[in-house]
Amino acid sequence: MTLPEPFRLLAYLAGVMAFVGLNAAYLVWVERKGAARFQRRPGPTEVGPAGLLQPLADAAKLLSKQLLVPPDADRTLFRLAPVMVMAPALMCLATIPFGQALGARSLDLGLVMVFAFGSINVMAIMLGGWASRNKYAIISAARIVSQNVAYEIPMMLVVITLLMVTGTTNLQEIVEGQAGGFWRWNVFDLVANPLMPVTFVIYFICMLAETNRAPFDMAEAESELVAGAFTEYAGMGFGVFFMAEYANILVGCSLGAILFLGGWQSPFGVFSGVGWFLLKLYALVFTVVWVRWTFPRTQFYGLLNLSWKILIPVSLGILVLTSVMLKLF
Amino acid sequence: MLLEKVQTADAAAGAPHETFVLNLGPQHPATHGVLRVKLTMDGEFILRAEPVPGYIHRMHEKMGENRNWSQFLPNTSRIDYLSAMTYTHAFVLLVERAAGLEVPPRAEYLRVITSELNRISSHLVWFGAFLLDLGGFTPLLYAFDDREKILDLLESVTGSRLTYCYYRFGGLCNDVDEAFLSGTRDFVAYMRPRLDMYRQLVTDNIILRKRLEGIGKVDGEMCRRYGATGPVIRGAGVPNDVRRVEPYSIYPELDFRVPVYPEGDCMARYLVRMDEMEQSLRMVEQAIAKLPEGPVLGKVPRMIKLPAGDYYCAVEAARGRFAIRAVSDGKEIPYRLKLRTPSFCNLSLFEEASRGMMLPDALALMGSLDLVIPDIDR
Repeated sequence: MTLPEPFRLLAYLAGVMAFVGLNAAYLVWVERKGAARFQRRPGPTEVGPAGLLQPLADAAKLLSKQLLVPPDADRTLFRLAPVMVMAPALMCLATIPFGQALGARSLDLGLVMVFAFGSINVMAIMLGGWASRNKYAIISAARIVSQNVAYEIPMMLVVITLLMVTGTTNLQEIVEGQAGGFWRWNVFDLVANPLMPVTFVIYFICMLAETNRAPFDMAEAESELVAGAFTEYAGMGFGVFFMAEYANILVGCSLGAILFLGGWQSPFGVFSGVGWFLLKLYALVFTVVWVRWTFPRTQFYGLLNLSWKILIPVSLGILVLTSVMLKLF
Repeated sequence: MLLEKVQTADAAAGAPHETFVLNLGPQHPATHGVLRVKLTMDGEFILRAEPVPGYIHRMHEKMGENRNWSQFLPNTSRIDYLSAMTYTHAFVLLVERAAGLEVPPRAEYLRVITSELNRISSHLVWFGAFLLDLGGFTPLLYAFDDREKILDLLESVTGSRLTYCYYRFGGLCNDVDEAFLSGTRDFVAYMRPRLDMYRQLVTDNIILRKRLEGIGKVDGEMCRRYGATGPVIRGAGVPNDVRRVEPYSIYPELDFRVPVYPEGDCMARYLVRMDEMEQSLRMVEQAIAKLPEGPVLGKVPRMIKLPAGDYYCAVEAARGRFAIRAVSDGKEIPYRLKLRTPSFCNLSLFEEASRGMMLPDALALMGSLDLVIPDIDR
């Protein structure tokens, strides 16, 4: 069944927004439950069975709060920042193919678009921190810019490596190129690049850093900077930042699943479908949660050193290796 | 140093040099209480950190001058609420020494058992809170889980979970039962593998090591200048432990090691405390094995009056040397009572030690000093 074009787009818009909203809300629940399990406590239990209605209660609470704007803040930018952080995440999801015929748009430049919009996220958080006119927020804004500049580079190098293997930036085609069993997935494509699993790990680390997740949560660093760039945000202003964090994790993990783990392709070559994609996506999301509650935060220069001294040289090396391998075989 | 490099680079680039003041606290997640630190910052580098204590000053010393010796006893457990036992110990020790009171041996052993359990629980709180400062949330819950067991044990004998007022002049307020002793034995057996687990999961974590090794260097000379004691000075290579250098109670009869690490960085202080927990377990084990029978309270006059004079007595609290100086003019009320609290002295080296550090490192340093704010303000 195919809807006529304008309706199809509207349906996808509603679908993507609902998907992000629902996921952001329930990933908070997953995070809280997961953290609780790691910490030998039950987590939310009161609202609904197993605390399942907790996200709704949280949302109601956040929505009912006053949207305070500090008197010294730049009002326009302060209000704009949460929108600017949420919108690109939604835009990115428009190109993500969930299944063979399930995706808002199959763009030829899908991968490029995801990264183009993904970078706006940083600017939005930076603006939010800057507009708050709060010292903690400004420190956090400065941190997030240098952190993201540092991690964008190895991430891009990894993606270029992958593009050389796949030969296309269309996410749909990238997934189709990995059809037929898990040994065909890019992460196991050892012929093109014997270090492909390492490439995947680099991608994952960069993704954690780009989405400001622990152990790289320099921007929020609650024990140092109170709440970092979000210190002055109250009510839903904070809520949107919070949701955007999960939306960005969703985008990052979807890309990870598509680029390396074969997207909707089944590991056995049969019964491919959207279920596999979601399974891989949530496995990655769970790993993100797992890492957060296991490791302490890195030091800021340690984080930059990791990128400039280890990840960038290694990913450059992988890039060279891949091009040599592709030329040879 | 990194700050100098950055400043030279800034100057070479002709960048304007500007500093700002960051007001850390009195309400800030990293100060664990109402401590305020005025930071003069150059970017993320600290040029000057000026601690401003006093937000929860409760005039314990003045209170001591307004009530008789035994009425001050409950105050002692409210100075450092995390190691209440040792603080009470210092006060009863002072009065017992000055008044020449006999303490039955069973009471001395039980004092050591409860003090050391209290030290472990205090270090567990520090362990969790320190990791929280470093951004690791999970260890806190594990540490509190273990601490809960100690609190339950101590509650069963003292009736309270935090501000125990268990020691009395000349002994203890009540004897322990068999349940407490067997529970303590079980706890020692339970805690050893837990410490091993912490070592594997937390101490050997690469991120933790990177964040603590070489950070917040403090040498023995600096510790002496500021009077820093406890794990801070032992982490700087000076084997100064009141239980060894000015022995009291039955500590000379126990076999324990004073953990000393020469590096003087945050990791050294961390390791000292982790080792101390192990040593405290050993002490508890030995004291329980040797625990004599008998009364727990000696003969004590109804109203205690110290002969006129100047008295001083120190114990090793969880944070370092806690000492009381009392001046008596022969009346039932002290003429003057001075409390020398370890957190206050440990905090005072923060200003010098944190100069030129980055904010997260300085907070790691502050966490490694294990400050209890009521102990600073008292």
